[in-house]
Amino acid sequence: MSTRTVLSQADITRALTRISHEVLESNRGPDGLVVLGIPTRGVVLAERIGAQLSSISGVAVPTGSVDVTMYRDDLRRNPTRASQPTRLPDGGIDGATVVLVDDVLYSGRTIRAALDALSALGRPRAVRLAVLVDRGHRELPIRADFVGKNLPTSAAERIFVRLHGVDDDELVAIEGGADS
Amino acid sequence: MKHLLSTADLGRDDALRILDVAEDMADVSTRQVKKLPTLRGTTVVNLFYEDSTRTRISFEAAAKRLSADVINFAAKGSSVSKGESLKDTAQTLAAMGADGIVIRHPASGAPRVLADSGWVDAGIVNAGDGTHEHPTQALLDAFTMRRRVHGDASRGRDLDGLEVLIVGDILHSRVARSNAWLLRTLGAHVTVVAPPTLLPVDVSRLGVDVHYDLDEAIARVQPDVVMMLRIQQERMAEAFFPNAREYARSWGLGAARFRSLPHAALVMHPGPMNRGLEIGDDAADSPRSTVREQVGNGVAVRMAVLYLTLAGDREDSL
Repeated sequence: MSTRTVLSQADITRALTRISHEVLESNRGPDGLVVLGIPTRGVVLAERIGAQLSSISGVAVPTGSVDVTMYRDDLRRNPTRASQPTRLPDGGIDGATVVLVDDVLYSGRTIRAALDALSALGRPRAVRLAVLVDRGHRELPIRADFVGKNLPTSAAERIFVRLHGVDDDELVAIEGGADS
Repeated sequence: MKHLLSTADLGRDDALRILDVAEDMADVSTRQVKKLPTLRGTTVVNLFYEDSTRTRISFEAAAKRLSADVINFAAKGSSVSKGESLKDTAQTLAAMGADGIVIRHPASGAPRVLADSGWVDAGIVNAGDGTHEHPTQALLDAFTMRRRVHGDASRGRDLDGLEVLIVGDILHSRVARSNAWLLRTLGAHVTVVAPPTLLPVDVSRLGVDVHYDLDEAIARVQPDVVMMLRIQQERMAEAFFPNAREYARSWGLGAARFRSLPHAALVMHPGPMNRGLEIGDDAADSPRSTVREQVGNGVAVRMAVLYLTLAGDREDSL
């Protein structure tokens, strides 16, 4: 089983900076932005993107988290998992442009669940999706608006994302798949 | 978690998992849309062989907030009063496609029988069996204490070092039994106070300290939490104590005794309260009383229990 690193810590930081600029560009500034991460690592990424948005634009951009556990369509296929907190900024998400943040975009089912969760929390003006890694293999008509890195993978491979704040080190790695 | 039958066999990690999920469930009730799609297509049967409107509607609200279909089966006026056995009732429910059964039964151990029998493969949640256990009540009590003590930082925390006094009818109380076991698992220190006639013969099995005099216990323990148990009026005739006034004077939480508690001590009661008997107005209506919070938290804790027992792949869970 081989493991190779595809993004270093510096690469991750650069990707998040670029995503932040792209978010501001497409939104024409910071107005109405709310950045929400999907636990666990999406929350870390959302906080970093939020901090970058605030420092680039000079306006505080609110961040939070949205847990999708209760909205998943695969609950019955797996042993029960514990939920994580959902934390919205004080202003809520009504009328806001929500940027959903996750670490890896794969089947799209997590994002489908997140969209359901959002609709129970309020009515955003628009929802955008930012991911650190897009590895393909979509099973639903969902795409990301902002992507840190496109990583074509085989379904047999596994992607690891490790981030400071949750893990001891910080990198994105691919494990397994065809012998190389 | 396949069933929830007892707090005695609940480990610390399992208990914390339930309480942490309950935190997230409690957040749901503060939202605009107070409903989750989690148990859509799942059928939960409330199988109640004893009257208990409060517990039943709490379970019913919890199941409905998780989008489960709820069937209420009250034994009175049903096939049970015509002599149907628990086995036949269970098999009837299984044939109707029950995924979860919430059972309240006057016989201690009935939920365990249902879980171990193989009559149904539904998840079984004990909603009170005889004088044995009432695990969701203990969980909601622990949840309420944890929230009052740790506030928003409650997730992942236990009740380490908390001094809890449980006062009243320990002999018949499944609430006391479930609490004694759960609170100890979570690191709290439990003392029970009761007239000797209202203590079980083998009280040492509960692993708690025992006092007979409430004033002495308060002075000695300096409790963080005082939990008053309901005196069940129907047992008064059995002469466990001379009369109501004497019970209130010796073991009730009246105004003077309430003032003698440490200033931050919480007052809990599983409801419904007998005001003037085991608890006075000063204690019951004080901001330190958690009686109404306990009701609200009950729904969140029962949502967590139903989620953890029913949502996952039932083959894999333990």
